[in-house]
Amino acid sequence: MLPRSWDLLAGIFVLGVIIFCAEASREVSQPLSNLAHNPVSLDPANLPNYAFRTALRMLVALAFSLIFTFTYATWAAKSKRAGMLLVPLLDILQSIPILGFLSVTLVFFLSLAPGRILGAEFAAIFLIFTSQAWNMAFSFYQSLRTVPVELDEAGRTFGMSGWSRFWQIEVPFGMPQLIWNMMMSMSGAWFMLVASEAFTVGNTSITLPGIGSYIAAAVQAKSLTAIFWAIGAMLVVIVIFDQLLFRPLVAWADRFRIDAEPGDEEAESWALKMYRRSRLIDAIGTPFDLLMRRSYKIAPPQRKMQIASKSILPPWLAVGIWYAILVVFGAYVVWRVTTFVGSALGVSDVVGVFLRGLATLTRVIVLIALASLVWVPVGIYVGLRPHLTRVVQPIAQFLAAFPANLVFPVAVSLVLLWNLNPDIWLSPLMVLGTQWYILFNVIAGASALPREMRDAAANFQVKGWLWWKKVGIPAVMPYYVTGAITASGGSWNAAIVAEVVSWGDKTLHAYGLGAYIADATVAGDFHRIVLGIFMMSFFVVVVNRLFWRPLYWYAERKFKMT
Amino acid sequence: METLLQASDVRRSFPRTGGEDLLVLDGVNLTLGEGEIVGLLGRSGSGKSTFLRLIAGLAQPQGGHLDYMGAPINGPASGIAMVFQSFALFPWLTVLENVQLGLEALGLPDKKIRKRALAAIDLIGLDGYESAYPRELSGGMRQRVGFARALVVHPNILLMDEPFSALDVLTAENLRTDLIELWQNKKLPIKSILLVTHNIEEAVQMCDRALLFSSNPGRVTTEIKIDLPHPRDRSDPRFEDYVDRIYVEMTARKVERQRTVQAIDVIPDAPIMPVSSNSISGLIEAVANPQYDGKADLPDIASDLQLEIDELFPIAEALHMLRLADLEGGDLKLTHMGKRFADADTNERKEIVSRALMNNVPFAAHIRRVLDERHNHTAPRRRFIDELEDKMSEDAADETLRAMISWARFAELFSYDDESETFSLENPTEEN
Repeated sequence: MLPRSWDLLAGIFVLGVIIFCAEASREVSQPLSNLAHNPVSLDPANLPNYAFRTALRMLVALAFSLIFTFTYATWAAKSKRAGMLLVPLLDILQSIPILGFLSVTLVFFLSLAPGRILGAEFAAIFLIFTSQAWNMAFSFYQSLRTVPVELDEAGRTFGMSGWSRFWQIEVPFGMPQLIWNMMMSMSGAWFMLVASEAFTVGNTSITLPGIGSYIAAAVQAKSLTAIFWAIGAMLVVIVIFDQLLFRPLVAWADRFRIDAEPGDEEAESWALKMYRRSRLIDAIGTPFDLLMRRSYKIAPPQRKMQIASKSILPPWLAVGIWYAILVVFGAYVVWRVTTFVGSALGVSDVVGVFLRGLATLTRVIVLIALASLVWVPVGIYVGLRPHLTRVVQPIAQFLAAFPANLVFPVAVSLVLLWNLNPDIWLSPLMVLGTQWYILFNVIAGASALPREMRDAAANFQVKGWLWWKKVGIPAVMPYYVTGAITASGGSWNAAIVAEVVSWGDKTLHAYGLGAYIADATVAGDFHRIVLGIFMMSFFVVVVNRLFWRPLYWYAERKFKMT
Repeated sequence: METLLQASDVRRSFPRTGGEDLLVLDGVNLTLGEGEIVGLLGRSGSGKSTFLRLIAGLAQPQGGHLDYMGAPINGPASGIAMVFQSFALFPWLTVLENVQLGLEALGLPDKKIRKRALAAIDLIGLDGYESAYPRELSGGMRQRVGFARALVVHPNILLMDEPFSALDVLTAENLRTDLIELWQNKKLPIKSILLVTHNIEEAVQMCDRALLFSSNPGRVTTEIKIDLPHPRDRSDPRFEDYVDRIYVEMTARKVERQRTVQAIDVIPDAPIMPVSSNSISGLIEAVANPQYDGKADLPDIASDLQLEIDELFPIAEALHMLRLADLEGGDLKLTHMGKRFADADTNERKEIVSRALMNNVPFAAHIRRVLDERHNHTAPRRRFIDELEDKMSEDAADETLRAMISWARFAELFSYDDESETFSLENPTEEN
């Protein structure tokens, strides 16, 4: 295409975004009562607008997630003492289900723009943020810890300031991994979309126009047609995100791969070509680019030679004091939670919630085991065949984004039809979105098996069960464990949408921690909400520390290729 | 002598997206008899490893016949075992478990498996390492595991795919001599060895016969019988004669084609390897050294500069094409321009290469001409890659264009912007 037509394409693109944004900003400044007057309509003609609102929320949340990642993860990686607090805290944040954040922050967000829709939008964006940010921060933290020493030293030798090293060395180095995690985050956000756009806390019910609310309304109205429209709209938005955002990002970040070999296949993207070749987009980007360049040149404040490090306290004492502060602070939090919960609930409540936690734990264990039995062999089979991998990857990615609510009609109908026990038969919904992480990772592991090793197995006629036992399964082990950790953590979070399931006026409950939190949120019972969240974090963190962490290290040591 | 393996007229090609198949092997013949070591010698990309994979039954030929003990090979056969370049050991299995794997696949009883595995480990000098994991071993010890794993199944034919090329010089030599000694003393439970290598000395040291492969597509051009008693001494003049002969054979053909055809047509009919200008300068300087005084024997300079033939040949051919040196009879001789280059400073060198490109590399001159003629002095990459792809595969065209870009950048003949994929005559504008 000629340069002119790239400009035309980019122009249409930019114009469209501006129009939609203007429309959206007009709407969010309306009073909150407008939402009640214009309920979400199931007419598919509204879907483009809903889809855009949802997409915009997701993008804004993604921007905040990036800001959070660049600050929080950097702080945790740069300061050893801060890291001691921030890294475990991130672990806990990751384990808190979306409804937990909702109930405690909703009032705050509504008060930011009193009586306006904007406040509710803030809340929705925050909820989407909570399903995106944590794994991005984790990934960037890992990257920062593994920046090659030579790169860092080269930067210092050239007298680059910390700010300039951050943007020119550390961020580019972590970029490929971060982009992959942004894609995973988007899937997570889709999965939790209904809970983020249509929520009820006590007496406050909010339904913001968007695909999530549309799905909620479709479930309420028992409209299968609307469910299919929603799936279609979702598919379109996912494809657009993929083409206009993620694929260009992947192709662009290709240059930052340190281990790239010239022979590797280059990622391509037509959208990236458009961004690069269009003068319009160039003109928009240039001032920003110049500003960044200028900022690199601001000389770092002359730091005095490290005499200051001879502080009054000996280092061991400083560390000791810091630990003491952490312990005291932790104890204070536990004490506050205990008194708050204890003011309304007794020991029997705590035991009850613990038992519910055990029920959910059992479900997670059984389902992850079942999912592994299915997806490990499938993943190995697919991963060894590149042409299959190319077909399966995008499908699995779409399925990972598939909100559980879309399957409610099937689940409820089947349970009622055959009079099944909801405690057992609602459970599969928990791994609906998360099982794919096992598949992704196993596929990645199998395709990373070196060709010579496969040849060696074939040459020595290692076949059948012997092959699976000695070659296939060990080869994907570290990848599988990584996937299973993600899947298991995600399944806990999914419990809140998987243990309470409704279709029209029929609502099914399963006995478990997820249902407990979901019910407490709808009832606006803060004591129970806090107890439930606390219990869930406790379970997730304990299972991670006692089971997944050790397994991960074992797999990493024994099975990793070098 | 019993015939173990018979290959006649073997052909193999790979499908490519949007284009005709890439022919890798064409009409390859080979007879492997009992008690001999045969070497397949060629540069990377000559299809010799592909040929070995066909014999191992890891892939099927598209044409010709491939018989092992009188029966066609279709799939891995139990009498053919392979040693791999990167060792291909399973990192999660111990040395003993790695060695036992092939026997377990044969379904032998446990006791017998253990006995035979320990015997192989003992034979190859690995006792004491049975319970170690591959990551704890040095490269040489790992390849010994590779040998033990192949020998333990008592194959008739041992296939070796550049088994020493991932090892350092000393370790490789040590392993080679050990292997030859075991072979000479008839201690190895095998009948014959087929060795793929790109190291000429290695082939002369180990093989009874060497088959030379040409590239694009791979064909056997020459067979050289190496009639020297073991153990062979590298400083023996007869050893050196064999090495020289192979060097001459391997450089002759390609060079001839390069000069005659290109003078007629703008588009090269064989791909040009992108060799960095540093390597070009480095080789010229080395040959200009008083030690060689402008004329160097290829085997000498290869061992002097520690270059594999895969590294040396493309540089020497580039010099030949630019007419900075003549490549003839296994010698590299600097031309008048080459000698001037050696004495010149950076700017003069750029000048010399620029002139050499315009005079001797028609495609580079062609690019320059197109840029001169266009009013904005720019041209997209597609403009030239399409021309090249008429004559060669996609990869080869890409490679050739990269060679042009790299040399032209050095000579400041034209410039190229990778982001917009455009050729131009301007120097890159300096920012800020």
